[in-house]
Amino acid sequence: MSLSDEARQKIQEIAARYPRRISATIPALYVAQAEYGGWLPKEAMVEVAEELDVPPSHVFGVATFYTLFYKEPVGKHVVQLCTNLACMLCGAETLQQHLERKFNIKINGSIRDGTTADGTFTVLPVECLAACGGAPCMIVDTEYYENLTIEKVDKILTQIATQPTVFFKP
Amino acid sequence: MRQSVRVKTLKIDDRDVGAREDQTLLEVCRENGIFIPALCHLDGLTPVGACRLCLVEVKGQRRLLPACVTRVEEGMEVNTATERLKKYRRQILELFFSERNHICSVCVSNGHCELQSLAQQLGVDHVHFPYRYPRLPVDASHDRFVIDHNRCILCTRCVRVCDEIEGAHTWDVMGRGINARVITDLNKPWGESESCTSCGKCVHVCPTGALVEKGRSVAEMAKRRQFLPYLTLMREGKQ
Ligand code: FES
Ligand code: FES
Repeated sequence: MSLSDEARQKIQEIAARYPRRISATIPALYVAQAEYGGWLPKEAMVEVAEELDVPPSHVFGVATFYTLFYKEPVGKHVVQLCTNLACMLCGAETLQQHLERKFNIKINGSIRDGTTADGTFTVLPVECLAACGGAPCMIVDTEYYENLTIEKVDKILTQIATQPTVFFKP
Repeated sequence: MRQSVRVKTLKIDDRDVGAREDQTLLEVCRENGIFIPALCHLDGLTPVGACRLCLVEVKGQRRLLPACVTRVEEGMEVNTATERLKKYRRQILELFFSERNHICSVCVSNGHCELQSLAQQLGVDHVHFPYRYPRLPVDASHDRFVIDHNRCILCTRCVRVCDEIEGAHTWDVMGRGINARVITDLNKPWGESESCTSCGKCVHVCPTGALVEKGRSVAEMAKRRQFLPYLTLMREGKQ
C-alpha cells in the first residue's frame, strides 16, 4: 500500500501553507494515518518524509512523540477514555472496568491489549481531554461524548460499531 | 559596512561586565572567565536549553533562567554560583547518573567525559536518587562507530551537529519522556542508515561515551573538537 495521489496532493497543499515544509509534519502524518486505516506503519512515515522532503528521522521522532499517532494497527474505532483526575472522581474507573469486562480487553495504553477480538474498538486511557465540565468523558474517533454513564457508553458504542470510521483530517 | 553593535552593561556575581546585545549570558560569562556548567550547549550549534545545568539567578525573576538561551539585558543582575544553584546542579547531574547506566570504570570515555568531569568538579560524591538500570541496547552495526544508549544523556548535540553542520540529519530523537532515545533514520541500525555520511562529527561532539569510535578500550576515547571553532566561524560568516 502507498499514499494515494489525492493524499499526496493534500500533503503538498498543506506544506505550501508554511514557510518551511518541515512545519507540515504533523498534519501530513494525520493525512497518512487516515490513508493507512488509522495507524502509521514505517512505510507511511517514509512516504511523508519523501513527500515533504524532510529527514525520515525527524518524521519518526515526531510520530513517536505524539500519542495520537498510532504505531500499531488499531481497531475500526479508537475510543479515548479519559482517566484523569476530574473524570476519575466522576466515575471513569467504573467505566474502565465495565469496558474491560464487556470487551475482554485491558485498558492500559497498549493498543494490542485494548483492542476487541473482533477489531471494532481500540480503547485507550488518556489524560485530561480538557472537557472536565462534562466528566467523565471520552472521544470516539473525532467526536466528544460527555457526562457518561455505563448505559450511555453502551448505547453510544453499539451505535458507532456499525458506522464507518471518521478520521481526523487536517 | 559593519553595523554598529550596541553594548549592554550588567552585573554578574557583583562584577560589572560589558556585552554585545546579541550575546547570551553563557557567552558573556565564558568571555569573562566565569564558570557555568553546560552539557547540551556547544559553541557552533543552536542552543536548545535542554540540560538545565546552566541555570542562573537573575534579580527580579522568580524563575531560574538557563544562561545558554538567555540574552543579556541592560542592568541585569545575575548570580551564577549561589548555594541553591550549586545544589540544583548537583541534583541534575545525579539525575543523569541515575537515569541510565553510567559505569565510568568500564567506559571507553572514562577520563574524557564531560558528565564525569562536571560531577567531579561540582562535588557529586553521591547519587541520592535510585538508579533505574534500564536495559538499553548498544548498536555497533556501523563500520567505524558505536552508539551506546546506556551512556546517552539526550543532550542532542549529535542531532544538531548532523543537521546543522553536516546537513545529513541522520540523527533525531524518538519517543518521549523516559522512553526518549536518539535514533538514526527510522530507528534503523546505524550501519544500515542511508543518510549517514560517516563523517564522525556526532561522535566527537558527544559529551559522554554514548557515541564512540570502534576499537577503543576503556578510557581510550578522547573526543576531538578542533573542527568546531572553524565550523562556527564558517557558519557565522554565512549568516
Ligand atoms: S479529567 Fe477528564 S476531561 Fe479533564
Ligand atoms: S547548557 Fe543551558 S540548558 Fe544545557
